Parts: sequence; C-alpha cells; structure tokens
Amino acid sequence: MATIELRQVEKKFGDLHAVKPLDFTIHDGEFVVLLGPSGCGKTTTLRMISGLEAVSGGTILLNGRNVTWLHPSERDIAFVFQFYALYPHLTARQNIAFPLQAQGESREKIEERISEVAKLLRIEHLLGAHPGQLSGGDQQRVALARALVRRPAAFLMDEPLGALDADFRESMRAEIKRLHVLQHATTIYVTHDQVEAMAMGDRIVVMSDAQIQQIGTPSEVYYKPANLFVARFIGSPGMNLINGHYAAGEVTMAGLDNRYDVPQNWKSALEKGLKGEKGVVVGFRPEAAQINDSGQLVGKVYATEMQGSSAVLHLTINEDEIIHIRTDRLIHYPIDTLVNFDINPQMVRFFNPKTELAIELEVTQ
Amino acid sequence: MTTFEETGPRTPVVEPTRVDKVHPRAKLRKSVRVILTVIVTFVMIVPVLVMIMTAFKSRADIVTPPPKVFFHPTLEGFLYLFTDRSVLSPSNLEAERAHPGDLNYWQKLALSVGQKINGPSDYVGRLKNSVIIAGTSTILSVILGLFAAYAFSRFKVAGKDDLLFFILSTRMLPGVVVTIPLFLLYKQLGWNDTHIGMIILYTVFNLSFSVWLLKGFIDEIPIEYEEAALVDGYTRLQAFFKIVLPQAVNGIAATTVFCLIFAWNEYAFALMLTSEKARTAPPSIATMLGSGGLEWSAIAAGSLGFLIPVAIVTFVLRDYLLRGVTFGAVRK
Repeated sequence: MATIELRQVEKKFGDLHAVKPLDFTIHDGEFVVLLGPSGCGKTTTLRMISGLEAVSGGTILLNGRNVTWLHPSERDIAFVFQFYALYPHLTARQNIAFPLQAQGESREKIEERISEVAKLLRIEHLLGAHPGQLSGGDQQRVALARALVRRPAAFLMDEPLGALDADFRESMRAEIKRLHVLQHATTIYVTHDQVEAMAMGDRIVVMSDAQIQQIGTPSEVYYKPANLFVARFIGSPGMNLINGHYAAGEVTMAGLDNRYDVPQNWKSALEKGLKGEKGVVVGFRPEAAQINDSGQLVGKVYATEMQGSSAVLHLTINEDEIIHIRTDRLIHYPIDTLVNFDINPQMVRFFNPKTELAIELEVTQ
Repeated sequence: MTTFEETGPRTPVVEPTRVDKVHPRAKLRKSVRVILTVIVTFVMIVPVLVMIMTAFKSRADIVTPPPKVFFHPTLEGFLYLFTDRSVLSPSNLEAERAHPGDLNYWQKLALSVGQKINGPSDYVGRLKNSVIIAGTSTILSVILGLFAAYAFSRFKVAGKDDLLFFILSTRMLPGVVVTIPLFLLYKQLGWNDTHIGMIILYTVFNLSFSVWLLKGFIDEIPIEYEEAALVDGYTRLQAFFKIVLPQAVNGIAATTVFCLIFAWNEYAFALMLTSEKARTAPPSIATMLGSGGLEWSAIAAGSLGFLIPVAIVTFVLRDYLLRGVTFGAVRK
C-alpha cells in the first residue's frame, strides 16, 4: 500500500485561496478523514491528491514518488464519488471491469477479480443490473467494488455516504470500515459529518477556512481540541465554552455569579498561556458536567432534550450563554429550576480568547 | 439489515375497495380528444396523401375534376422523373410496337404514352448530389460540433460566451440575405457548382446549430463520469469515446436528424450556387415546373422520392429522438 505526503500543497482560484498551503502525511494503511464544513477546502484537497484538480503550488508524494503533475490515471489511486459516478450505460459487472480493462488484463483475470470483490461486498446477485436499477446503497457498493478491484495504492473517498438514507449510511459506514481493515488500504475520506469522522477515522484532519485546524486521533480531536473552532465543530452538541476572567486560580464568569476553581494542575499552564491577560474561555464536554447539589457552578434550565439513552439539559448561565449538559434520562428537571454541577477536572479545557488556541497542559514529570 | 419498511406492516392494511370506474364525463372528454386528434392528423396528412396519390396517377387522372380518389395506379410519374425521352412519330411507333418481347417494363410504359427512353434524366444525378452533399455535411457538422461542444462544456475557453454567441450569430441572418455575397465569394474561390463548396457551406451553416444543441446534451452528462474514468486509468480521449459518447447518443441522433433535414431540404443556396455538376434535388424539382409543361405526376414522384430518405433516417432514430428532443429533461 502507500504513504501519501503533502508538502505545502495549495490551491488558488484567482486571488482566492481555496486551500492554503498545508502539510501532512498519511501513513501506510491509515484511514484518514478530512473533516470540515462545506467550502473549507477538504474536497479540493482530495481532488488535488487524485490529480483531478491541478495544484497551485507544493508537492504531492505517493510512496516517495513525486506525483504532483502526473495524470490521474498514472497515480494508481481509486476515487469514490458522492454520487457513485457509475457509468449508466454499463452493467455493474462492466463497471467493475472497466478499470481492469484499462490495464489490459486478460479476460480470465478480470472475471476472477470481479467475483473476488463481488463476494467481498456481497453484490454477486447484482452484477447483471444497470446502475439505474440499483438502490443508492447498492450503487455505492458497486462503486466501491470498482475502486477495490484494481488494488490501488490508495483510496480517496469524497463523501461516499452523503447521498444515502440515514439508516443505510450507518450500515455502509461499518462496511467501509470493515473493508479498510480487511484490505489494509490507505484511505482518505472526506466528510462534513463529524459523527462519521469520529466513527471511521484513525486520524482526523479538521479543516476550516481553507486550512488545517487540527490533526489528531478521534479522541484527541474530541477531548483536546486545538482551538475554539474544533471545540465547537466536533461533538453533538459541541463543547461548552464559557467566557470568564482568570485571577488567582479562579475563573469568574458573567451572569449567575459563577466562580470556578481551576484544578491545581492547570494553574501554572494558565498563567503562562494567558500571558497576563485576564480573559479565558473554559471548555468542557456535555458529559463532563456532573450534577450534584453542592456543585460549584449553577445554571437555569432553559430546555430539556430527550436523546434516547440520555437527555441533554440546556442551561442558561447568563443572558446570552447557553450550555449543554448530558444527564440521566430518567430524572426530570422542570424549566427555570436551578441546577448545580461540577466539571470533571480530567475533562476541562481552557482557551485563550485572543488567539482562540487551546492552552496546553504542562506534562508533570 | 431488515427494517420495518422493508418487511411491510405486520398486520393487513384495510383500505377502501378501489373503484375502477371512470366518470362518464371523463370518458366523453377522452373520446372528444381522440376525435380531435384524428381530425388534426388527417388535415396534416392530406397533402402528403395527395402527393403520394398524384405520384401514381396517369396524366389523364391527374387533371380530371373532381380529383379521383380511386384510380388505376401507374408508374408514369416515375418514368417522367427518372428518364429522358423523345416523342415517337406514328411510323416509328409502329416499328417499336412490332417486337414487344425485347422491351423491359419501363420501355413498354414509355411506349404506351408514345415515347421512347433515351437514357436517365438529370434528376438521377441530382438526387445523388443531394445524398453526397447532405450526407457528408451532416456527418461533418455533427462530428465537428461534438468536439466543439465538448470543449465548450468541459474546458475553460477564453471568451467562451462571446464565442458561443458568435457561433449562434451566424444563424441570425436569413440565408437569402447572404446568398449574393456568397455567390461572389464562391466565384472567386472557384467553388461555384462544386460538391466541396456546398458541403462546406452546409457544414458551416449547421455547425452553429449542432454546437449549441450538443453542448446542451453534454452539459447534462455529469463530469464525475469522466473523472471516474480518468482515475480508472483512461486518458481524456479514451474517456470521451468510452463514456461521453455513449451517454450523448440521444443528442447526437437528434442533432443528426435536424442537420440532415436542413441540408437535404435547402433550396435557396442550392439554386444560387449550383447549376449542373453539383445541383441538388430541391431546385431541380422546382425547375420541372418550367420545362415542357406541368408534369404533375413527375413532380409528385420527385417530392415523394425526396421525402423518403429523411423519413427513413427519422424512423430509424426515433427511439433516440423521443428522448433527444426533450433535451435531456427526462432521464432514465
């Protein structure tokens, strides 16, 4: 399989930067998800790797080979499109055979490979059908088979599940993940769905405003967001972010007279990270809040949202800040009651509101 | 994975019994529509029927008032159309009639109206010219149009909109307006009354049409198909032939028919720019009106023969046309 390396790769449309120079390396056999809101440059990045879009600058290395200016057909990569892009005038079988025919494989070899991937994707019974006769999920399975059949160095997938129904999407998600494990294939997967990214990626590249915001494993991105954008974007609901003032180991928040004692291990990091400034953003995930009557923080119930296995409480802390707390679904909190809670000290994060960057916790020896 | 929707409801669904009755007024409306359609179709087809009947009538039947609907069919019209004949004097006529066994059907037919066949008429050659000129120019304008349309549809072409407008603008003047300048131009080039001159003229004239029409069809083909082919290991040209062409076949068929109909029926340019060698059928049918009286059956036979090739092509391509003329509005 393959390693893919991007060095200062960028894309400009006129004066507009669709992708600002970015560097990252995808290791052999890794499943990397490019995640970001629409228009953040993730698809453009993928298309530059595939060669469907020319770069404006930088170098793309595939297994150490410079492929920056190679034709897509010479890069040995497979591309899976959001709307499948199956050739409508060919049957599923002919569609899957298409890339092999380009390589001039013998008829026996092609047959052998087709039945191999058809079995892997469980589409043997669909091979005679035309794409128009297949459901969205089956079309995407055929498209995956067409990508797999050639055994390319890497798979590039552009929102392959975006056009599917919700229930189908989940089973296909598992299927793609399973394929990845079986094939050990280097995969770059583009999506705007952070749940999908968390579920599938070995590593996630969070993009916004044409640049990389953070690269990390799903749990790094979730628990240690590098900046305010990532904190808000990842998670549903996103991380709670409360503005406050830091002084002498205590954060004072506006509104309901909330004070928060900063955990001991954070104090020196905060003092260093804020560089004497007072403003700080306290961040914590909804599940990091622990409701108890003697809790240090307090919020007023604004709404409750039943989510099946748990419930989400919307609390107002002051006039314009609402936070979300995950609670037991069996306990009912009437609107406008006050709820006390603590933040799990392991799961609290701090951000510098000026730079929007996370403040790093110093590793204690 | 089975969902509730896939397996259907667990208990039978009781719906009110369906009534397959149609309201009497709806029935009436439908039959009125059918009758109207039949009447309109009849009105449309009457000239064609008259033409077909005239083509098979004898000289006497054609001029009989009121027009005969039932008559004895004859191929006289086709004889007049395709052959060059001379009138025999009574003595020669006797001599020819003496040994009828040596004569073929057409010679006998000529003899029955007191004439002798000298050879094929000019019309045969002109029909051949029509086939060559219309056929070649149609093929050329569709092929050139296809590549131009593909380029306009897929690539960044500098001044694309202006170019497309320029191409369209060649169609904005009525043909008659440019015949005189064209005549002078062709005279200078030595292209008057040549096949090549007419082929180039019709190709250029049809090109604007075929570029615009085909661009519409190619725009409809998602670019992902070609991109998929590119990453699947094909060059752009291979992708064009293997993916775009099969997808555009409806549009190509529709464009072919439209171009062919124009080139085949074109009259004004052909009248001005051709005389002998490259004269096409439309102006020569018209000139039959002038030479040696009105040979109505020959004119009708000529028009009928002229209609048939386009009718055949349209019939052969009808499946594509139905989808093609909706301009890609209906998919699958």
